Amino acid sequence: MDLNFLSLSEAQEGLEKKQFSSKELVQDCLSRIKKIDSKISAFLKVDVALSLKEATNKDELIKSDTKVFLNRPLLGIPISIKDNYCTKDLETTAASKLLDHYIPPYDATVVKKLKDAGAIILGKTNMDAWAHGSSTEASDFFTTKNPWDIKKLPGGSSGGSAASVSAHEVIASIGSETAGSIRQPASWCGVVGLKPTYGRVSRYGVIAMASSTDSPGPITKTVEDAAIILSVIAGEDGYDATASPIKVENYNDTLKEDNCNLKIGISDDYLKIADDETAKNVLEALKVLEKMGAKIIKIKLFDPKYAISVYTILQRSEVSSNLARYDGIRYGKVRSNFGDEAKRRIILGTYCLSSGYYDKYYLKAQKIRTLICKDFEKAFNEVDVIIGPTTPTPALPVGITKDQFMFGEKADVLVEPSTIAGLPGISLNCGFSLENLPIGLQIIGPVFSEGLILNIAYKYEQSQKLFLKKPKL
Amino acid sequence: MDVFSLDEVKHIAKLANLDLTPDEIKKYQKQLGETLKYINILNKIDTKNVPPTNQTNKLSNISRVDIPSDSLESEKVLAQASKSYNDFFEVKGILKKE
Repeated sequence: MDLNFLSLSEAQEGLEKKQFSSKELVQDCLSRIKKIDSKISAFLKVDVALSLKEATNKDELIKSDTKVFLNRPLLGIPISIKDNYCTKDLETTAASKLLDHYIPPYDATVVKKLKDAGAIILGKTNMDAWAHGSSTEASDFFTTKNPWDIKKLPGGSSGGSAASVSAHEVIASIGSETAGSIRQPASWCGVVGLKPTYGRVSRYGVIAMASSTDSPGPITKTVEDAAIILSVIAGEDGYDATASPIKVENYNDTLKEDNCNLKIGISDDYLKIADDETAKNVLEALKVLEKMGAKIIKIKLFDPKYAISVYTILQRSEVSSNLARYDGIRYGKVRSNFGDEAKRRIILGTYCLSSGYYDKYYLKAQKIRTLICKDFEKAFNEVDVIIGPTTPTPALPVGITKDQFMFGEKADVLVEPSTIAGLPGISLNCGFSLENLPIGLQIIGPVFSEGLILNIAYKYEQSQKLFLKKPKL
Repeated sequence: MDVFSLDEVKHIAKLANLDLTPDEIKKYQKQLGETLKYINILNKIDTKNVPPTNQTNKLSNISRVDIPSDSLESEKVLAQASKSYNDFFEVKGILKKE
């Protein structure tokens, strides 16, 4: 039946109307994975038996209670989860050899919320080890390939998640972003990636990278699907002191509202970093939004090149602190099992935090972060949202990251400023390159403006319907 | 001239509890030096009187009611330990008998 090609909202409708069962939906996804995952290697682990058992249980619930979908909006929906989310009794490795065979005794809050909403976790997806990268080439196990061209990378660090959605192996996925790790692979794989405001979604049970920027978020086929998932996973959490108590909007309700007099900012500093094809597609998308009634306003933003340096210091410092807990005593292997990238980041981070250097590097970076936050606040006095390219280029070839020890930080230049400032951002497809590779457009909003950026993304997406195009696998 | 000396790299590795091979120390010495040149561009930015931002959602003093709740059974906690003894994680001795 090829039910794996459905979007989340279509799958929800089909299950509610009993047009097919959850078991049929899961079976089609598992068949798809069996058929094509050897080409793209999106998954580290697929739990076939448990998925089918869960699907049968969900079908029983659907039969017995017609109103069950009200409280369990993801009932019977097969999803994948990036392997840095602790999943109880299911191996979680963050794609690292050090955590090989680690079995978490608890679920991350996001995982618990997804399970409570009825989702079925088909498996865990590949990523750059410890989320240290923007390619998925830094996985300690293997590289994931881009479904649009298997000689190209899917991006990272949520590359496996983005590839699994792009290849229609699952209905939706969950990734995480420290700077770019949702938006960049979503852009390269031609899917939707939403990085919520820092603190909108609980980080409890997500293997930590940089605690002041890590943001869990959905990677989906459509904008509406991202809104559905965000409504499930957002909110306060007693286990995460940085999860915001600000009330969660109903993102499904605000998705299709009319927004008059919208002011969209565009920065030449961001556009000139992108290649010609990318910039051209982004400018055409802006024309579409202008025809819909938005006003496009040129704005000046803090030069993004400084964000690379600020982010490198903040992230690597916090990485060095977060990875200190892996002592091989309570779980996991000894520290010599860290890969090259992890060691490199730990060393720079330790240096930046060490006595005599803390003020020069980490404290300095925190101060420039204040300047970046104020710069965005000033911009949002003039415009409602900022639009730009997500990445400087479409997907790059497998092997490109070899010997490029700051590849990730440089590749994510266009998303780092908004991450440093804790802002929400969504990436969605705005066209294809001459090589038929997806080009991503990002919409950045003020803190807690997920409703607004989803709304604008939805309107643009529906006018182009680029999600109907599928990679040939 | 290298920005980092080999001794500095060794010192950082010790702080980070990483056992590096001599080849790794040389490799990271070079790479760190080049990364530092990159991040030193931040010296161009004037941050006098600018306060630092530690986290962007400006939350502080988050607390919860002090009531006991379920925790993991010690079996589960010790299940993946490299070494355990009764209900303890077993580690290398630090204090030595005189």
